[in-house]
Amino acid sequence: MTANGWLQILVFFALVVAVTAPLGAYMFRVFEGRHQPLPRLLGPVERALYRLGGVDRTREQTWVEYTVALLVFSAAGVLVTYVLQRLQHVLPLNPQQLGAVEPTLAFNTAVSFGTNTNWQSYAGESTMSYLTQMAALAWHNFTSAAAGMGVALAVARGLTRRPGPDGAKTLGNFWVDLTRAIVYVLLPLSLVFALVLVSQGVLQNFAAYREVTTLEGAKQLLAMGPVASQEAIKELGTNGGGFFNANSAHPFENPTPFTNLIEMLLIFAIPAGLTFTYGRMARDQKQGWAIFAAMSALFFAGVAACYWAEAHGHNMEGKEQRFGIAASALFATVTTDASCGAVNAMHDSFTPLGGLVPLVNIALGEVIFGGVGAGLYGVLIFVVLTVFIAGLMVGRTPEYLGKKIEQREMKLAMLYILIFPLIILGLSAWASVVPYGVSSLNNGGPHGLSEILYAYTSGTGNNGSAFGGINANTRFWNTTLAVAMLFGRFFMMIPVLAIAGSMLNKKTVPPGPGTFPTNGVLFTALLLGVIVIVGALTFFPALSLGPVVEHFVAHGGKVY
Amino acid sequence: MATDKQVSLFDPSIMRRAVGDSFGKLHPRLLAKNPVMFVVGVGSVLTTALLIRDLVARSPEHAPLWFTSAVTVWLWFTVLFANFAEAVAEGRGKAQAASLRKMRQESTARRLIGGREESVPASQLRKGDEVVVEAGQLIPGDGEVIEGIASVDESAITGESAPVIRESGGDRSSVTGGTKVLSDRIVVRIGADPGQSFLDRMIALVEGASRQKTPNEIALHILLVGLTLVFLFACVTLVPLALYSEIKLSATVIVALLVCLIPTTIGGLLSAIGIAGMDRLLRKNVIAMSGRAVEAAGDVDVLLLDKTGTITLGNRMATELIPVEGVTLEELADSAQLASLADETPEGRSIVVLVKERHKLRGRNLHDLGAQFIPFSAHTRMSGCDLGARQIRKGAVEAVIAHVERHGGQVPVQIRRDADTIAAAGATPLAVSDGARILGIIELKDVVKSGIQERFARFRAMGIRTVMITGDNPRTAQAIAKEAGVDDFLAEATPEAKMRLIKDEQQKGKLVAMTGDGTNDAPALAQADVGVAMNSGTQAAKEAGNMVDLDSNPTKLLEVVEVGKQLLMTRGSLTTFSIANDVAKYFAILPAMFMGAFPDIAPLNVMHLASPFSAILSAVIFNALIIILLIPLALRGVKYRPLGAAHLLRRSLLVYGVGGVVAPFVGIKLIDLCLVAVGAV
Amino acid sequence: MKSSILVALRMTVVTLVLTGLVYPLVTTGLAQALFRERANGSLITDGKGHVVGSELIGQAFAAPYYFWSRPSSAGEKGYDATASSGSNLGTTSKKLRDRVAADSARLHKENPGAMGAVPNDLLAASGSGLDPHISPEAARWQIPRVARARGVAGERVALLVDAAVEPRELGILGDARVNVLLLNVALDRQFGAQR
Repeated sequence: MTANGWLQILVFFALVVAVTAPLGAYMFRVFEGRHQPLPRLLGPVERALYRLGGVDRTREQTWVEYTVALLVFSAAGVLVTYVLQRLQHVLPLNPQQLGAVEPTLAFNTAVSFGTNTNWQSYAGESTMSYLTQMAALAWHNFTSAAAGMGVALAVARGLTRRPGPDGAKTLGNFWVDLTRAIVYVLLPLSLVFALVLVSQGVLQNFAAYREVTTLEGAKQLLAMGPVASQEAIKELGTNGGGFFNANSAHPFENPTPFTNLIEMLLIFAIPAGLTFTYGRMARDQKQGWAIFAAMSALFFAGVAACYWAEAHGHNMEGKEQRFGIAASALFATVTTDASCGAVNAMHDSFTPLGGLVPLVNIALGEVIFGGVGAGLYGVLIFVVLTVFIAGLMVGRTPEYLGKKIEQREMKLAMLYILIFPLIILGLSAWASVVPYGVSSLNNGGPHGLSEILYAYTSGTGNNGSAFGGINANTRFWNTTLAVAMLFGRFFMMIPVLAIAGSMLNKKTVPPGPGTFPTNGVLFTALLLGVIVIVGALTFFPALSLGPVVEHFVAHGGKVY
Repeated sequence: MATDKQVSLFDPSIMRRAVGDSFGKLHPRLLAKNPVMFVVGVGSVLTTALLIRDLVARSPEHAPLWFTSAVTVWLWFTVLFANFAEAVAEGRGKAQAASLRKMRQESTARRLIGGREESVPASQLRKGDEVVVEAGQLIPGDGEVIEGIASVDESAITGESAPVIRESGGDRSSVTGGTKVLSDRIVVRIGADPGQSFLDRMIALVEGASRQKTPNEIALHILLVGLTLVFLFACVTLVPLALYSEIKLSATVIVALLVCLIPTTIGGLLSAIGIAGMDRLLRKNVIAMSGRAVEAAGDVDVLLLDKTGTITLGNRMATELIPVEGVTLEELADSAQLASLADETPEGRSIVVLVKERHKLRGRNLHDLGAQFIPFSAHTRMSGCDLGARQIRKGAVEAVIAHVERHGGQVPVQIRRDADTIAAAGATPLAVSDGARILGIIELKDVVKSGIQERFARFRAMGIRTVMITGDNPRTAQAIAKEAGVDDFLAEATPEAKMRLIKDEQQKGKLVAMTGDGTNDAPALAQADVGVAMNSGTQAAKEAGNMVDLDSNPTKLLEVVEVGKQLLMTRGSLTTFSIANDVAKYFAILPAMFMGAFPDIAPLNVMHLASPFSAILSAVIFNALIIILLIPLALRGVKYRPLGAAHLLRRSLLVYGVGGVVAPFVGIKLIDLCLVAVGAV
Repeated sequence: MKSSILVALRMTVVTLVLTGLVYPLVTTGLAQALFRERANGSLITDGKGHVVGSELIGQAFAAPYYFWSRPSSAGEKGYDATASSGSNLGTTSKKLRDRVAADSARLHKENPGAMGAVPNDLLAASGSGLDPHISPEAARWQIPRVARARGVAGERVALLVDAAVEPRELGILGDARVNVLLLNVALDRQFGAQR
């Protein structure tokens, strides 16, 4: 590890801290304010969307209505994406004349983008037409991110709204949240940063692949395409689906250390900002900062471990020279903290412990800033759990923001917690003992098991990064991963929204000295403890057979 | 008193019964009530089956026989220990309750049927039966006096030796079975069918049969079941995952890992904690009608406290003598004493005491003086005595002034001013006169109980607001509220105002606790989240509340809250401890499981346990023993300190969180050393 | 329910048009207007004006008179710009260890005058397989071979290498590096093309 490496990490984090409050405050205005910002510029776009979409923006929804809207919209999105892939050979903007995408791959990809996972069983440059990249994939980058933000907002409203005399029944309107997220947050920022990326060398064209003759006289075919417009939203929406197979390691996606910094910042910006938005909704900014602090601590723990492991091993395999070890370890931590899944280095080639970090980051539930929206609602589930266990220790039945946490919330929270190990461990166990599972592996020995674990953890956690050696483009892998992604997204969202619905109506008791404070250092530490212990206890046995064993075996000099 | 009934934590007879019950509770139907222990039970059955298989047909592939046997035995112990914890708690509760109801089972009752008396065993009395009880007899069941008045010795229930008066009508009509009538004759209408009295219900609650899980207990159970399922997934999937690396894990090892990981400590002790909470209340002579009420007590945000008896000693006491100008203090003291010597009211007696203590005037006998006592009447609003020609009077200031003026006396202006000052401070002025002369004023004050201020300060620290309820006027109420240190008061309280206050607080989401004894308290007692009825109160009040205080001591409410908090804290602390334990268990078991295939992972065996088998066995043994070791804590409850939430939490986290991580490392290592020492491994 | 399905379908179309078509088209228009050269691949030309590749995309070099790039797993032969990929081999991979051993032996053999061990990055495949850069150490390590093949003094080549070293951006970001293609173009410019 070098001082400069740490300086890069600190500079990055300082920027994250710097954008958290302004962006969070801006989003609060967008979603909760009476008047949205930039009314002249963006107001007409918002209203046009409502008009064209047939949305009554004054009508709020119950949690059930909100959930139904989300599910129907997501289902429609998956369907459209599937159809576009299957028909891309007859649709325009396909200069390379790429053929229709194979059905299970198309299904996997449609689910992958619909769930904000952006797992890539395909290699972009050799599979997807420009139209598919734009209209099917980049579109989903917007909508799945906006939907995630919507769920987070709905949950935040459920926790923070104070019921009137007849009790509050509604927690916002999905269509309004979706529209505002796109129009006021995702679209303007994407446009600006797409141009910044282009200025550094990221492609943005519709040209056919360009053939050049190299200095040594060989032919090299350069892939082209509208990359920057997708790149910006891919990071900003924590989607992570690269235009190219190598994702953000590809020089056309991430040409310089500066773009690398920008991309990492875009990944953390909204999840970090939402903690501030949440604090404002809770009428206590410290509630947001307490969560932010817990996330930050986990982030630093991860990046320190990853950077140490990679630097210790002088490991450049799978890393780009322009980024070096520090920025690669940092990117790997950021992208897996935040459910993004973009990669600027190949995690599969990390040292065992270096690769353990991204895997653990995802396994903790994508709550270290987490996905856009998903991070906040995920961490709020852990907050509920923390409050429940800790609340008892102060001699009161647990309450959060003055609302009691009771049987129903616990049931739903446990459902949320259970889905994760059930899918990840269940599918991993299956894949690790059947030939059609193991045959896709690129590495032998414990590292092969790590590839399996990483794949399902990434899929269920809706991250999308991979130990990329695994050939997931088989019927078994495409299908099981699609199932993992669907469960990991919607079977976790539904309990979350249900919790929001049941918390909504609870009376709020103003906090006193006897209530357990959820806005201080102690709570942050507790939250950290619960996240780590729940995650570690769940996955330690499996992980110990993968990266942990591999670490010791590697020390022993054994190869597979 | 309550403390007299302490049963030692490990009373031998309770222990003996509990050991037997531990086996009885192995019945699958009973075990299934506790999913965590049910999983352990299933695991035990599984390893037992494996053990039998191994006994029948040995195979070198299987784990050594001694290992499978040892694990099996200790898994069964784990279940038995948990059952034992519950049985001990039940046993203690039962013993407590049984000692209370023992006497009444043996008594016979004189039942009135159509004016005729007949003798029936007390246990056959039904609700609505009317029975006659005379001096020297035991009251056969809980009920209400409908005829007559009697003094009753309730020491069997309350430990208080002074007899109390019970009479028909009004707020002192309620009697408890097992108490003894000392004088007179009363007719009692029985209030409950056999088996339905408060005590019976309490006994049922501490016994398994009718015990229902409380809301928070259910929520905690959900958490524990969830964690159990998580670990079930983690352990079951470990088999194929290990198979990938060509490690064949035996079922014994997997079951051992699973049992060590699932929260058996809290799972095994949870119901014991709940029962012990009720039992602790019972030891304080409070009968809870449901576990839910005990839990709610911990959550109370607002305490409504009746001024009289709770905050003040209950009677106004003379605290000061203020002579008017021209009268010596001695003269005033002398007359005040004479006016009060025959006055048997607490106020009167307090004047005599004050004069005796402050002015060294011994009590005199009115008869010896030839004085004639003039008792208090509502008409004159004065009392006193006639000593020859001297008419000595004490009474309400206005009444005495009128009396003096009637006798042509002068009324000094100072008297009214002094009286106002005293009233403004929340006390009551009594004027004293001798003939046509006003001598001065006696200040009667509500004396706030000593130590009550600190008590309220503690509640404030816990975030509980105290509200004093009093019939006094606001001025008086405010003065007393200030002196006692309550947060708020409700003056000139009517039952309706009280009810409104409760509803207002509840509307704000707060939980309200109160005490009450009168029939007109009943609606408020029912409305409150925790309503503690005094045993001396009316049947209606007792029916409406969800707790009954046998001592009829309103201050008890404070202890009830503490018991509730302690109950919740014990649950939280043991849950934290239980989960924190898992870290060490992982470090014991996982290296042991994989060491065979990957010798390189030896550094993970941070405890340097002797062998894989001893590592696993040590973890299993620790896991079982910790249940036994924590039984006293579960029964006694964690130590409660009236501190702010943040402070409490920091403490508990340090002890049960950090302690929970560290303890098993030490424990497992010790057990491993023991196993090696005895040559078991 | 029915109306919410209708709204869902309408919103699907509306958002798709806005974010899937309008947004990338507008971005492309602006990019082409503002950063045309960058948006189209940062292509570079040799002394004669022929496009010889992209500044950002690495190429395979095998001739001794050129600086060599890092190993590549993009495509069968490496540096296939339509098949970006890393090796995805882990620490305990025998394949990786064999590859590194073989490359190390080959590089030592082909760089007889090189000082010290082979720099790390020359033995490690990049993440994209298209890494245009090598470390300054890796460039310097190759100087003796390139100088001998071109028949020029090592110092002169070293001067070119020093000029080609790109420091950390803003002095902080990333690692120092040398763009292999640019360096080789500069070599050809300075000392003449060998072909």
